[in-house]
Amino acid sequence: MRYPVLEVHGLVNRFGSQTVHEGLDLEVYEDEVFGIVGASGSGKSVLLRSVLGLHRPQAGVIRLEGRDITRMPFKQLREVKAHYGVTFQGGALYSSLTVLQNVQLPMIEHVRMSAAERDSLAMLKIELVGLDATAARKMPSELSGGMVKRAALARALALDPRLLFLDEPTSGLDPISAAEFDELVLYLQKQLKLTVVMITHDLDTIFRTCNRVGVIVDRTMQVDTLEGIVRNPHPWIQAYFHGERSRARLEASHGA
Amino acid sequence: MGTLVDVRRGDGSLELDLSGEWRALALPSIDATLAGIDLTGIRSVAVSPQGLTALDLTGAWRLREFLHQLQATGISVRFVGTPPDQLRLIEATLADKPPMPKTSPAAGQEPESELAGHLDAGEELTLRGLADIGKGAVRLVRHLFQGIAFFGRVSMTAVRALGRPRRFRPISVARHVYDTGITAVPIVSLIAFLISVIIAYLSAQQLLGYGATIFVVDLVTIGVLRELGVLLTAIIVAGRSGSAFAAELGAMQLNEEVDALYATGVDPYEALVLPRVLGLVIALPLLTVIADIIGLMGGALLCRYLLDMPLTQFVNRVNESIAPTTFWVGILKAPVFALLIALAGCYRGMQVRGSSRALGRLTTVAVVQAIFLVILADALFAIVFMELDV
Repeated sequence: MRYPVLEVHGLVNRFGSQTVHEGLDLEVYEDEVFGIVGASGSGKSVLLRSVLGLHRPQAGVIRLEGRDITRMPFKQLREVKAHYGVTFQGGALYSSLTVLQNVQLPMIEHVRMSAAERDSLAMLKIELVGLDATAARKMPSELSGGMVKRAALARALALDPRLLFLDEPTSGLDPISAAEFDELVLYLQKQLKLTVVMITHDLDTIFRTCNRVGVIVDRTMQVDTLEGIVRNPHPWIQAYFHGERSRARLEASHGA
Repeated sequence: MGTLVDVRRGDGSLELDLSGEWRALALPSIDATLAGIDLTGIRSVAVSPQGLTALDLTGAWRLREFLHQLQATGISVRFVGTPPDQLRLIEATLADKPPMPKTSPAAGQEPESELAGHLDAGEELTLRGLADIGKGAVRLVRHLFQGIAFFGRVSMTAVRALGRPRRFRPISVARHVYDTGITAVPIVSLIAFLISVIIAYLSAQQLLGYGATIFVVDLVTIGVLRELGVLLTAIIVAGRSGSAFAAELGAMQLNEEVDALYATGVDPYEALVLPRVLGLVIALPLLTVIADIIGLMGGALLCRYLLDMPLTQFVNRVNESIAPTTFWVGILKAPVFALLIALAGCYRGMQVRGSSRALGRLTTVAVVQAIFLVILADALFAIVFMELDV
């Protein structure tokens, strides 16, 4: 039995009369890449925000490395947050800071170290995601879409988390950059022994990187291996994985 | 543009030869042409579209409407040759759709008018008015509570930070003192000068008749030091920095930067709100001192050239006219105004969700409320100082 890094049980999220999640369950194990898929408006972002401790769900248990974060006081939650890294959809780089300062901010907040140490460590992270010293000195507004995603990844890795959340990491990238980003995530996952949870719409990314996939349908989640989920009879899942766009991809992956 | 329709009349029948360009841009002339066709005593119409050089969807739709209109009045319509393809496209598009539902007043309001069966229109209107007043009151109270909760949260953050001064983020505070204070010096100085000109002219005009122009000095001095120096500075700062706070924090909300801070374990209230509040609370009193100085200098200049009053006499009169408290009464208000402006700006900024429209709306609200709160607080100060007799 592998060790679950992230457990969600019986999650309920409601906004007014609208129920987004009704008894959603999910377990993510060590060293896997877990993909979260769902229609627009099915509550992927709310799920991510709940798991990150940014949104308190109405009911349910969320355990990060065994500790329930839904009923945790603010101070403990702050400690837990140092144990995961996250990239947001639009990058969410702090617009008034350079890339280097962005990567350093989590370090400043959580670890006592000298400025020189911080500089070299931050540069290491920036080199690791494939950016250079020129990019490190730039402001977020001067970066291209792909560079923003990489800089956000470097910041997420600032404190060497074991758990990494990626919210639509390849959205808005051209197919070549997206494929490069997939390879980067896979490479880092192997090298750093990361557990990765990613929300994505990108079928290429799912087939290239994910071990298991959770699909949000009917306010709950269907979890299975990649091979299993493709054969899931639920109509939305069938439409998603067997639509015009995915068929070619499926054939290619089976042929390989 | 040539003719669009050639009309040939037979016995009780019409032949319409369509010609020229039936395009969206020519719709007015198509309308005019069709309206100009005399239909009295006509029983059948034959349309031949062969002469058309162009027919777009709008033109085809207009033709279709016209033909339907004819059929509705009992005139039979047929095409000579094949009808244009565009007509068929329109028919196919609209075929499986019911026509646009005409919004009948009953259908539109069904969910709301449960009472409609029991009440006449007047009573329902009164009830709805009452309901609106109630909703408004509830919303007002909720806003008030949320505002107080925000103030409480900022205060708690400040109290928590007292233990560790580094949490006050001195570098960030300094940046906001610069942004809200030092860069505002030119405009604040200019306004202070102009306001002293206004008071001096106004009071000189009134007092000349009594030969009491020496009191111009009193009015300028007390007016600037007690009220107008700080009030106008606060209003300018509300416009400059209140809006900037709301817009900055709002843009950060939209860009998920605030979420990213939370996710890093940083309290945005500590990192974003507190430095802005502190920065402005430091900057506004300093700006007020500058406004006071410039205002008095403006007064001196005016008295020198408008009333031929020597500078020494002006200075002596200033010393006689002010009480020891006059300056402090003005300067005491500055940090309070700063607090109100910064809180209004940050509060509205942090409320931004979802769209750039919310950003614009809440920035506007922030400035309006900041100015309102400043003037309200100034009125309260005036009453309190009156009662305290200072």
